[in-house]
Amino acid sequence: MSEQAAEEKTPSGAGDGELVLSVTELVAGYDRIEALHGIDIEVRAGEAVTLIGANGAGKTTLLGTIAGLLKAWRGRIQFAGEDVTRWSAERRTRAGLALVPEGRRVFAGLTVEENLHLGAYSRARSSTAEGLATVYELFPKLKDRRRQPAGTMSGGEQQMLAIGRALMSRPKLLLLDEPSLGLAPLAVREVADALVELAGRDTTLALVEQNAQVAFHVAQRGYLLDRGRVVTAGSVDELRDDPRVHQAYLGQPAQ
Amino acid sequence: MSEFLTFTLTGLGTGTTYALVGLGVAMVFQVTGVINFAQGDFVMIGGLSFASFAEAGLPEPVAALLALLITTVVGALLNLLVIRPARRANRERLVILTIGASITLEGVALLVFGADSHFASAFTGGDPISIGGARLPRQYLWCALATVVAVVLMWLFLTRTRPGTAMRATAMDTDAARLMGISPARMSLLAFTLAAALGAIGGIVLTPLQPPDASVGIPFGLKAFTAAVIGGLSSPVGAVFGGLLVGLVEAYATGYISSDYKNTLTFGLLLLVLLIRPTGLLHRASVVRV
Ligand SMILES: Nc1ncnc2c1ncn2[C@@H]1O[C@H](COP(=O)(O)OP(=O)(O)OP(=O)(O)O)[C@@H](O)[C@H]1O
Ligand SMILES: [Mg+2]
Repeated sequence: MSEQAAEEKTPSGAGDGELVLSVTELVAGYDRIEALHGIDIEVRAGEAVTLIGANGAGKTTLLGTIAGLLKAWRGRIQFAGEDVTRWSAERRTRAGLALVPEGRRVFAGLTVEENLHLGAYSRARSSTAEGLATVYELFPKLKDRRRQPAGTMSGGEQQMLAIGRALMSRPKLLLLDEPSLGLAPLAVREVADALVELAGRDTTLALVEQNAQVAFHVAQRGYLLDRGRVVTAGSVDELRDDPRVHQAYLGQPAQ
Repeated sequence: MSEFLTFTLTGLGTGTTYALVGLGVAMVFQVTGVINFAQGDFVMIGGLSFASFAEAGLPEPVAALLALLITTVVGALLNLLVIRPARRANRERLVILTIGASITLEGVALLVFGADSHFASAFTGGDPISIGGARLPRQYLWCALATVVAVVLMWLFLTRTRPGTAMRATAMDTDAARLMGISPARMSLLAFTLAAALGAIGGIVLTPLQPPDASVGIPFGLKAFTAAVIGGLSSPVGAVFGGLLVGLVEAYATGYISSDYKNTLTFGLLLLVLLIRPTGLLHRASVVRV
C-alpha cells in the first residue's frame, strides 16, 4: 500500500512540503477487537488530505489513535519530527495536533467563548485575543453568539464552534472527523466553504468524510480505507473515478 | 414551637457544613468519576489539627490556616499516592481504594492525635442570639458564613478562572478536554485538593460544636455522600440542598428522639434516596450546573 501511495503522490500534487505526520504500520483497536490492521499514511505541510471509507472502515479509530485518545498497539506515529506514539492526547495537543472529533463534542454547558478559550488552553494567554479574531473572521456567526451556551446552538453552529475551538490551538495539523455529519444541506455548504478557505490558507489538514462531495472539494489527495486497511491512495481525481470508492459509498454518486 | 425553631436553626447551621463537604464529594465525582469515601477524613483531619493547634496555644486564625494547609496536603497526597497510580483501574476498584485510604487515615490520626476528642472554643464569645424565641449559639452563624464564603469562592474559581473552566470541561467530557490539552491527572489532583480544603473548612468551623476525634471521618464521609447523592451527585446546588436536609434530619432526630439515633436516621435517609433514585448515583451527568 505504501509504495502505491508514494508512487501516486507526485501526480496528485502532494507537494514536497515537510512531513508533518507519518503513520507507519499502525495497529490499534478496542479491548480485544483489532480495528486497524497496519495503516500507513503521510501528511505533508500545507496539504489537505482526505480519508474516506465505508461505515466501520476504521476512520474514527485511526484519527483517535493519531490524536492519542486510543493507544497504538503496534506501529509508529511521528508528528512534527517527533515520535509521539506513546504520548498522551493532551501532550500531542500541546505539540500542535488538533482533532475535531466525531459528533463535535463541544462543551454544551459552556458558552461559545468559553469553549474557544479552552481551545487555546495549551497556549499562552496573550495569544487568545488574536486567535479569537481569526476564528470570528472565519465564522462570524460565532461572534454573535459568543455568550450563548454551546449546547443551545444548531448542529451547524456547533460544528463551526468545534472547528474554531481546534483552531484556537494554532495546530500544525488539523484532524477532522466527519464535520458534515448530520448537518442540514446549507450548513454542510458553510462548513465545506470554511474548510476550503482553511486549506487555501495553508492549514495542514486531514479530513474524514462520508460526504464525498465535501471530501473531494476540500482535499487534494486521499486514502481509501476498508476494514482497517488502506486499499488505495491517490489524487482526488483518481479517487473520484475509482470503482472501489463508489462501492465504499454504496452507490452514493461521487460527483 | 420555639423548640422546633431551635432544632431547625441548629440543623440548618450544621447542615451548611455538610453541604460544604458534600460539595467536595460531588466535585470529585464529576471531575474524576470516583466517589471519594475519604472525604469525611478531610473533615476529621481539619478539625483535629485545628483543635490541637488551638490547644497548644496558637491563635485561632493561625491554627485554622495551618489545619487548612495540612488537610489540603493530605488531599493532594491521597490523589498522588493512591488515585494516580491506580488510574487505569475501574471505578469500583478506585472506590474501594478510597475506603482503604479512609481506614489508613483514621489509623494515622489515632497515632498522631490519640483516641480522645479535642476541643476548641467558639470563634466568638457572647450569649446565643435569639431569633423568634429560639436561641442559637453564635458558632452556627460562623458555620453558615464559612459555607457561604467558600461556596462563593468556589463558584468564582469554577466560572472565572482558566483552571476552573478546564475543570468543568473535564467534568463534561474528559476526552474532549484532553483534546484541548487539559491533563485529567492534573484536574483530578486539583479536585481532590479543593475537596480537601472544603472538608477542612467544615471540620474547623464544626469543631467548637462537635469536638472531633479520630473516628469521626467515616460518619462524616457518609453524611457528605448522602448530601451529594440527594443532589444526584451532579449539581452543586443539589449537594448544598442535600447537606441542609441531612443537618435538619440529624437535628430533629437528636432533639425529638435521642442523639443515639441521629446517625441511624441519617443513613436511613441515604438508603431511602438510593432506593428511590439509584440512577443519580450511577450516572455521571453530562453538564455541570454552576
Ligand atoms: N468503542 C468501540 N468498541 C468496540 N469496537 C468499536 C468501537 N468503536 C468502533 N468499533 C469498531 O471498530 C471498527 C472501526 O470503527 P470506526 O468507528 O473507526 O469506523 P468509521 O470508519 O469511523 O465508521 P463511521 O463511518 O461509521 O464513523 C468497526 O468495526 C467498529 O465496529
Ligand atoms: Mg467514524
